[in-house]
Amino acid sequence: MENLVQEAIQNVNFQAIMPSLVLCVFGMGILMVSVFSKRGSTTHVAWLSIVALVVTGYFTLSGWNNPQSGFAGSVLFDNFATFFSMICILAAGLTILMSDDYLKREGYPVSEYYPLILFTTAGAMWMASGTDLMTIFLGLEVLSVSLYVLAGFFRDQVRSNEAGLKYFFLGAFSTGFLLYGVALLYGVTGTTKVEGIAAYVRANPDSAMNTMFIAGGALLLVGFLFKVAAAPFHMWTPDVYQGAPTPITAFMSAGPKAAAFAALMRVSIIGLDGIQSELTSLFWILAVLTMTLGNFIALTQRDLKRMLAYSSISHAGYVLVGLVAWNEIGLSAILFYMLVYTFMNMGAFAILVLLGKKGEDNLTLDGIVGLGYKKPILGVVLSIFILSLMGMPPTAGFTAKFYIFAGAIDAGYIWLAVIGVLNSAVSLYYYLRVMVQMYFKDPEEDFAWVSMSMPVTVSIVISIAGVLYLGVFPGCVMNLAKLAGF
Amino acid sequence: MADYLLSIMTFFPLLGILLLLFIPRDNGGLLKGATLAVSLITFVISLPLALDNVFATSGGMHFREFYHWINIGDFFQMNYNIGIDGISLWLVMLTTFITPIAILSTWNAVEKNIKGFMAMLLLLETGMLGAFISLDLFLFYIFWELMLIPMYFLIGIWGGKNRIYAAVKFFIYTAVGSLLMLVAIIFVYYFAQQSGSMTNGFGIQELYKLDLPYNAQFWLFLAFGFSFAIKVPMFPLHTWLPDAHTEAPTAGSVILAAVLLKMGTYGYVRFAMPMFPEALPTFIPFLAFLSVVGIIYGSLVAMMQDDIKKLVAYSSVAHLGFVMLGVFAMNLQGLAGGMIQMINHGISTGALFLIVGFLYERRHTRLITEFGGVATKMPIFATMFLIVTFSSIGLPGTNGFVGEFLALMGAFQGGLRWYAVFATTGVILAAVYMLWVYQRVMFGKVTNPKNENLKDLSAREIVIMLPLLLFIFWIGVAPNTFFSKMNPAMELMLEQMGAQKIAVVEVLQPAGTGHGAGHGNDHADTHAEHQ
Repeated sequence: MENLVQEAIQNVNFQAIMPSLVLCVFGMGILMVSVFSKRGSTTHVAWLSIVALVVTGYFTLSGWNNPQSGFAGSVLFDNFATFFSMICILAAGLTILMSDDYLKREGYPVSEYYPLILFTTAGAMWMASGTDLMTIFLGLEVLSVSLYVLAGFFRDQVRSNEAGLKYFFLGAFSTGFLLYGVALLYGVTGTTKVEGIAAYVRANPDSAMNTMFIAGGALLLVGFLFKVAAAPFHMWTPDVYQGAPTPITAFMSAGPKAAAFAALMRVSIIGLDGIQSELTSLFWILAVLTMTLGNFIALTQRDLKRMLAYSSISHAGYVLVGLVAWNEIGLSAILFYMLVYTFMNMGAFAILVLLGKKGEDNLTLDGIVGLGYKKPILGVVLSIFILSLMGMPPTAGFTAKFYIFAGAIDAGYIWLAVIGVLNSAVSLYYYLRVMVQMYFKDPEEDFAWVSMSMPVTVSIVISIAGVLYLGVFPGCVMNLAKLAGF
Repeated sequence: MADYLLSIMTFFPLLGILLLLFIPRDNGGLLKGATLAVSLITFVISLPLALDNVFATSGGMHFREFYHWINIGDFFQMNYNIGIDGISLWLVMLTTFITPIAILSTWNAVEKNIKGFMAMLLLLETGMLGAFISLDLFLFYIFWELMLIPMYFLIGIWGGKNRIYAAVKFFIYTAVGSLLMLVAIIFVYYFAQQSGSMTNGFGIQELYKLDLPYNAQFWLFLAFGFSFAIKVPMFPLHTWLPDAHTEAPTAGSVILAAVLLKMGTYGYVRFAMPMFPEALPTFIPFLAFLSVVGIIYGSLVAMMQDDIKKLVAYSSVAHLGFVMLGVFAMNLQGLAGGMIQMINHGISTGALFLIVGFLYERRHTRLITEFGGVATKMPIFATMFLIVTFSSIGLPGTNGFVGEFLALMGAFQGGLRWYAVFATTGVILAAVYMLWVYQRVMFGKVTNPKNENLKDLSAREIVIMLPLLLFIFWIGVAPNTFFSKMNPAMELMLEQMGAQKIAVVEVLQPAGTGHGAGHGNDHADTHAEHQ
């Protein structure tokens, strides 16, 4: 009896979920703190959340090169999970930094906001470290439910409501797909473990012909592709990104998306390795569709948040190119790309946070006319983020794209790389337009309402440092990404 | 110092930008002065390169610097690998020489946001110099793209009425080409890695030695060639050029014409042709045809322009056609003609844009019909304009003659005989449109009362023009100063472009005219020792 308990405890291995555990405990503690805080005072909660993320980051990083498996093999906190968890923690930290002043400006100084971000991050970490479809599902749900609330956080604004509700309905639907897929796969393989599915595929090479297996796998992928906003499951993105509070939009485009990619990668590359050729041809089509759709629709957008939403769809397409490549460089390029994307996209959104007036109706292309003259530093910084999103050297956006396409070319997908770079060429137009508005037109606004607050400035400085450092010296982090790959 | 000469020269303008950051933005005079000083110091730093005699004796790379830069496991190795040979030497010198002139030319022309303007010019200089000295494809690509951004802003912020359209068009045209080149660069790298011959990252000298299959060379040459053809620009990819030139501020036009267009031709000589020599015979007739079309078409369209700046822009298309024709001749005369014509075009077209700028600053119009009889009011200006016109036409004694003559002779002897015959009409057409515009603007009576009060060139403007005039005659009379340092490198390059190819050319041409090829072979042994 004692032995059994011992074994069960050993099997549990809390080390494997230590970082997310720490984060959850902090999150609940902060929730309690906010209960006893004065209404409307949220700054200390924000800083406590930053502390929580720093501590979690420490625990996460201490697991580097020390993979921990736990809960009877349903969680594996390896380098891969560490890398993605760090991306999510970084994204959450930047989000919190840009949120405090934003919430006050918009008139919602509600401190539950911060614990919700922490719970989202914990969910993302489970998605990245889950090796059992149920663990991944659990992480996905924790992440999604917190995000539904955050997207609709401005409860008396129609747009925010729309965002929350739309995200909730479509998200719930896609989770249903995912769960159904898990059920079907369980029916075929008798397991929900990713490794178990892989073993089944190895033992049954004809599983690619098994209708139930294919249906299960397809439904599972739909769930993930919905979360990464890949076409044709992207429809929710523009409305949700536009309606959600801007820092949450930034967060959604970086952290949860990275987590969804992590789960997608683990399930495809470990679990469905046996049907690689079928999967890559599927991903090939999806990548081309996602890139092209995102870029072409972004061309017509005038609302900046909406434009960045479509640009975020197209970036998901570039990341899928790395998945098509399915080789070491392509996969580590995905890790690198998500990190870089976090820096550049969150940096751009942080500037939008600064620029917005209450209600943010001015965040359109016309609203930034002459920004480069009235706020020169802000203009230069936004230009650097935009250049990075374009993929111009010497920014990190270029190196990240370089590795993605290098992976595709190495794997022989030269046409895919050509389609990818041509897509980048299309994207130049709408990214350039931001700079055209900022610099090439005479200023109309005085931008007097824009004031740099310390936390937002810190988040911008971190982002710009990341974009420039990874652009000029990508070697170090890229080598880490390589170690984190499978 | 000499060990790091190229790096110091390339990054000194960047340091200059840092200096500008500490100067208050409303102190225009100090900003301009500081920028001019920075660019002049850059020129002085680059002078030892031009004076070094090593280029006359050895065609290899000199002033080499090599550092490991990005090292990603066994995927990639990018190095900071720079150096110059006789081919890049004069282009580097042209860049450091033209930049202070361009800065000096904007003294009164730019009023808004001087700080930004000067910073962009300096950033552009770093980009241009970096692209000419890079011996690593990855590094080259970074500098190549780096040039785009400042030029985009120069056109878009300080340009004319239609500047936004021109700037975006310029950016997208160039970027599309370079993105395809990026795919090709990665492909070459993987091929090199698989064939096991790579020890040195993206180093082009190793890539020269690659033995790619013809099929791969075909596609790779297409990707590289397309990118460079946009930059040259070759017909029919030239349409961004007239827009960009017309809308750009004078300094932008000068640098665009003098240096940026040379990136394309330089790209052919340094990268596309020597890296994929087997694909060359397939493409040369086609490219030579496009060059000739460019010469004739550019000249004819230039003739019909009523805007002087547009005329000069189209004349660029024609002049670059001569450069490309000479380069594609694949013999020493042709290449020498092409190379020297690159410098010539930089000097004379740069000077023409300055001249257009002088007129524009005085009258705020560039329409030919607005002028007439200017010579009577501005005699010094008239003289200088005439000299530059002669240089642009290619009158003997000026630099244009040396370049065009050699390029055409090379093409005539090198299997491109009929192309050369048709291209020669371009020389006549050039005389027609240049002399015609000179006549309409400068001669006759002053018919437009607004021209009555035109002031002749100021001391500053004369100072800008004099060095350019000096080189017009220097290259025209004693081109050997320049050729002697280019020859070894060019011979080496021709060999690289395919000794077998030169042999083919010899078969094609009658005995006795194979001077260029024979010359190249004679020297093959001499410079092999210098390697």
